[in-house]
Amino acid sequence: MTEFLTAIKPGAGHWLVLSAILFSVGLYGLLSRRNAVGVLMAVELMLNSAALNFVVLNRYVAPGRVDGQMMALFVIAVAAAEVVVGMAIFVALFRHRSTIDVTRMDIMKF
Amino acid sequence: MDWGWALKNSWLIPALPLFSFAVVGLLVRPISKKAAGIVATLSVAAAAVVAWMVAWEYFHLYPPGGAHPTIIPWSFEWLRFQAGLTASMGVLVDPISVLLMVVVTTVSALIHLYSIGYMAGDRGYGRFFTFMNLFTASMLGLVVAPNIIQMYVCWELVGVSSFLLIGFYYERPSAVAASKKAFVVTRFADLGFLIGVLILTFYGYGVFQECAPAVAPQAAAVSGVANLQPFDFLYLTSPAVLAHLNAITIGLGGITLLTLAMILVFMGAAGKSAMFPLHIWLPDAMEGPTPVSALIHAATMVVAGVYLVARLMPAFAASSDALMVVVYVGAFTCAFAALIGITQDDIKRVLAFSTLSQLGYMMLALGVVTMANPLGYTASMFHLFTHAFFKALLFLGAGAVIHAVHTNNIWEMGGLARKMPITHALFLIATLAIAGVWPLAGFFSKDEILAAALGGRWYGVFAIALFVAGLTAFYMFRIYFVTFWGKHHSHGAEHAREAPAVMWLPMGVLGLASIVAGFVPMAQFVSIGAGAEEHGINMAVAIPASVVGLIGIALAWFFYGNDLARAERAAVALGALHRTVKQKFYIDEAYLFVTHNIIIKYISRPIAWFDRHVVDGGVNLSAWTTRALGARLRQAQTGQVQTYGVWYVGGFMLVLLVLWAAMHQS
Repeated sequence: MTEFLTAIKPGAGHWLVLSAILFSVGLYGLLSRRNAVGVLMAVELMLNSAALNFVVLNRYVAPGRVDGQMMALFVIAVAAAEVVVGMAIFVALFRHRSTIDVTRMDIMKF
Repeated sequence: MDWGWALKNSWLIPALPLFSFAVVGLLVRPISKKAAGIVATLSVAAAAVVAWMVAWEYFHLYPPGGAHPTIIPWSFEWLRFQAGLTASMGVLVDPISVLLMVVVTTVSALIHLYSIGYMAGDRGYGRFFTFMNLFTASMLGLVVAPNIIQMYVCWELVGVSSFLLIGFYYERPSAVAASKKAFVVTRFADLGFLIGVLILTFYGYGVFQECAPAVAPQAAAVSGVANLQPFDFLYLTSPAVLAHLNAITIGLGGITLLTLAMILVFMGAAGKSAMFPLHIWLPDAMEGPTPVSALIHAATMVVAGVYLVARLMPAFAASSDALMVVVYVGAFTCAFAALIGITQDDIKRVLAFSTLSQLGYMMLALGVVTMANPLGYTASMFHLFTHAFFKALLFLGAGAVIHAVHTNNIWEMGGLARKMPITHALFLIATLAIAGVWPLAGFFSKDEILAAALGGRWYGVFAIALFVAGLTAFYMFRIYFVTFWGKHHSHGAEHAREAPAVMWLPMGVLGLASIVAGFVPMAQFVSIGAGAEEHGINMAVAIPASVVGLIGIALAWFFYGNDLARAERAAVALGALHRTVKQKFYIDEAYLFVTHNIIIKYISRPIAWFDRHVVDGGVNLSAWTTRALGARLRQAQTGQVQTYGVWYVGGFMLVLLVLWAAMHQS
């Protein structure tokens, strides 16, 4: 059993597949969640998958450097700031419309 | 080319009234009505002076009795279709155009002067003179046209002016109906004219390269035409072109292309000159003011058809079948109109039918022309010349009478000889002239027509023309006796006063012309083919014509001179026949029947249905489709961000797929 599990040595491709899966899940959540906070969570997932991408490529392409890891730290910081702004908008929106159901935010339509 | 001042500036003749039309219509009319009349009259008078100068110069250049070539002293290129096909505007001077220039400008100037008195106080005074100037300019443009394009353009303009002037009293439904009728009938005739013109010019253009060199040198040397065009009359009437057109036979009954084209052109001439069966508009055109009837429907516009036939005489002469049509239509109209004229009660209607009859004379005179016997050409133009004067005088006199008595009906007049002596004397002169009494003008011109018919051995036509001469004398003296002799038959007649000087002065000039115009040796000036031959008075024609005329006068005196009851008894005795003739043989009713029950019901209505439901329906369908499609498409705008997100991601994936496929292929 352990031989089977340790036979496959993980390479860059495997990690990138993981990152793509995370991104797709985040994309799906972005497009389908009703709750605005849920949408933000999906966006977080997408951002983190991008950060994972940076780190993976750093490890496999340029192991001696730390560029990718620095970038991942930046992504985390920016994501945090963005969440703050997004939550502020949702609070204001809730005060106005008493709901944060994104399917109800459809005034600019035909 | 040693042309004098007037010939070089002959463009002034149509241009002065045209310019005056614009000036009076736009500038003078709103300011001062009186000035409008004066400016309009002066411009036509100036054109008349130039016309007389042109006549003087032309006949000094080419003296009477000799050859009279066509010259084109002024022209400019108007439309350039391509290098070898241009339409120009210009002035063509030859004997008949000089004749018409002089007649049209002189009579028009006199009638403008008369109208200053006749139309005084009318609300549309300025409008009247504007339209009269437009008419005069158009008619002159027609007369001096060197090519068929200019003639056609001015032909239509003349029709428009006639429409505007007949419907001058536009608040009267009968006037509006009459102007519509005139325009539609002449426009319908112009269809034939246009097709004839197209045939001539199309085939003429086709052989231009081979036929032009025969004509061009003489055209350049004598006429001053630098480059001959397929539209020019000089080209279209040249023997080479006519021979070519005459050689082509078309299917129907073996008639040649030339015959077909000339018959179609004659259809246009018949419409404008009110030949049967396109004569219906002329009696109704009397709804217009009397000066309009005098100018347009007696002296000038209606002779445009006769002028067209004369202008294209070589083409007509080359096709004897077309000429036969001209003779028969002319002779029939002559008799037909005279018969109806005997029964009418409205003085202007009698004069209208008289005009129809005299036009028939002019047409039949042209129809009997052959190269061996060209007298008819001279005779027709001579009659056009004299007729313009005495017919205009008759209409102006009738106008003076109507103005005084306030009715058109002759039975409400009577005894006006005592009340209106000047008008009476002048009207009598004109009546004697039209009846063909020596030595007044009508005697000479009518006799020349009869002599032409006799010389061409058209005995039937001669007999008809002779008979109609008697009828003419009869119906003209009928209205003379009823209007001027006897007792006053109405209040208006009792209180009639003589016309003012501004009205009887032009009438006087026309009266003088009616007396002396007959002595002009027309054959010296206007002739075709073999040329002028002076005969003096042809007794074989003069004596029967005079006798017939005198019989007509005597019969008129018998029925209408003293006791009008004789006429009433005769009318009752003839019963249904009299009624039929008085109703103009029910031709108008026949036309109305055909128009309403056949044309409108079976042709116009289906076409209107098709237009409204299929053509408009098609356009409506495209609009409906667009709107329906739009309604469906806009439902993609849900307003929800996630919807737009889905579209964005989907589109992005598609682009990636395409890129991957492209890279995979290469």
